[in-house]
Amino acid sequence: MIINHPLLGPRDAQEFTYLGDASLIDRPDWQAEDADRKFYEYAYLRDNPAGLHRELWFHEQGDRSWLVVTRNTVTHEITQVELARDVARARGRSA
Amino acid sequence: MRYSGFKVIKEALTGHKGWTPAWRDPDPQPSYDVVIIGGGGHGLATAYYLAKQFGGKRIAVLEKGWIGGGNVGRNTTIIRSNYLLDGNEPFYEFSLKLWEGLEQDLNYNAMISQRGILNLIHTDAQRDAFTRRGNAMILNGADAELLSVDQIRARYPFMNFDDARFPIKGGLAQHRGGTVRHDAVAWGYARGADSLGVDIIQNCEVTGFRIENGVCKGVETSRGFIGAGKVGCAVAGSSGRLMAKADMRLPIESHVLQAFVSEGLKPILPGVVTFGAGHFYCSQSDKGGLVFGGDLDGYNSYAQRGNLPVVEDVAEGGMALFPMLGRVRLLRMWGGIMDMSMDGSPIIDRTHIGGLYFNGGWCYGGFKATPASGWCFAHLLAKDEPHPVAAAYRFDRFEKGRMIDEKGMGAQPNLH
Ligand SMILES: Cc1cc2nc3c(=O)[nH]c(=O)nc-3n(C[C@H](O)[C@H](O)[C@H](O)COP(=O)(O)OP(=O)(O)OC[C@H]3O[C@@H](n4cnc5c(N)ncnc54)[C@H](O)[C@@H]3O)c2cc1C
Repeated sequence: MIINHPLLGPRDAQEFTYLGDASLIDRPDWQAEDADRKFYEYAYLRDNPAGLHRELWFHEQGDRSWLVVTRNTVTHEITQVELARDVARARGRSA
Repeated sequence: MRYSGFKVIKEALTGHKGWTPAWRDPDPQPSYDVVIIGGGGHGLATAYYLAKQFGGKRIAVLEKGWIGGGNVGRNTTIIRSNYLLDGNEPFYEFSLKLWEGLEQDLNYNAMISQRGILNLIHTDAQRDAFTRRGNAMILNGADAELLSVDQIRARYPFMNFDDARFPIKGGLAQHRGGTVRHDAVAWGYARGADSLGVDIIQNCEVTGFRIENGVCKGVETSRGFIGAGKVGCAVAGSSGRLMAKADMRLPIESHVLQAFVSEGLKPILPGVVTFGAGHFYCSQSDKGGLVFGGDLDGYNSYAQRGNLPVVEDVAEGGMALFPMLGRVRLLRMWGGIMDMSMDGSPIIDRTHIGGLYFNGGWCYGGFKATPASGWCFAHLLAKDEPHPVAAAYRFDRFEKGRMIDEKGMGAQPNLH
């Protein structure tokens, strides 16, 4: 698989390590009433779709940026690559 | 029909005209007491034990393709019970004992071969960990032996003992471990279940659940609605996809694992060898092919095929351990979809929906579990309470903090 890095261009997926579903960006509020339930769901439950999947890849052997890659889990085709930073900011997750 | 040596000779002399199909091909009934989804090893074993041990009646197994086309026919056929943790080891030892009597029980040759499995040790820390694991196995009634380098050399003289990075310093052996012909397991259980009246319905995909007031009344399928008193899901790598139809999110990710087989060679590898540090394990099939594999590809996938980096990684691991492999040609490679759970251990449990039961999260180790998984899932379906050796395989263990994490990796499925 080739990941088209937004800053560096096409890179071999071997340079990256995989974390999982990009919903891991949406860390629950630790002060919420139901925080224990929310953290359980956050840490352990997954949509695990067959089809489009937004997921976190880390460019460990490269510029060490985190990416959100949209990939089809049935065909392995990658259709979108974004900097995780930008995604997190757009969701108000990061300064 | 009973199979026997006598029957084989008789048929050989009479033109093989007396063999009958090993199982029927029935149309689905409007409803059953128990519907099991998934005609892999676990689904078929569940149906067999439900009918045989727990007096189940009116049982159907629904398979979207053909039985044995999933992971039960794609794995590298290794059986063992060399686990550390209390939640796991009694279950896998129960399974190994069932394997030991399986062919007689099923009257089916599954080519069960207890040729032994050897986990290699390269460091002092690993020896400590393996000693502990061996002791845990023995405490649970399994067999384990810590082998010295000389003992290993006597059986596997061709291995690279002096690799600079991972020199072989010993190994943990389980002599009762080994290999089984995987297709025969699916066929043997199918034949056994069918002869007890179970309907095995192939080309029948479950497309939804009919749930009324929190109770599952049956399943929608590509062959129409089928009513059910109880529904048991055992679809391995498709678990996430199937349970989403009941609006459930699981502590499971689907990942692809590849396997490889070489051209046929003379007998060279007497047992199963695992080289965990180098991401490589290998055995030799009775046809002579070296059957080997390594790690997961490591990303979510439903594709049943992997990518080249893992092929390279496995080949490197193989060459590091068995330098003689260099000129062996690869015959085939393939992938299967693993139901990787968040702690690396399985789930056999009720769901929050009445009448709906789940069996999954087998990761890359569910083949060896087939008999016990079937038995324990049948126990749960019949009695509505877990079998004692599977009592820890609950959904709520993640919420309660009772993970069964053999490797201590945490909630990272691609690392288990
Ligand atoms: C490459 C590889 C190597 C492995 N090596 C080993 C090993 O050495 N030792 C070991 O113990 N384990 C091993 N495993 C793991 C083991 O094969 C699995 O854990 C185990 O087979 C899973 O259970 P099963 O046999 O019931 O799965 P499957 O055979 O996959 O059965 C599930 C069935 O459900 C069907 N299904 C899915 N969705 C639906 C639906 N909606 N409706 C109807 N039917 C449906 C599928 O078609 C499939 O036939 C390996 C797996 C792979 C892929």
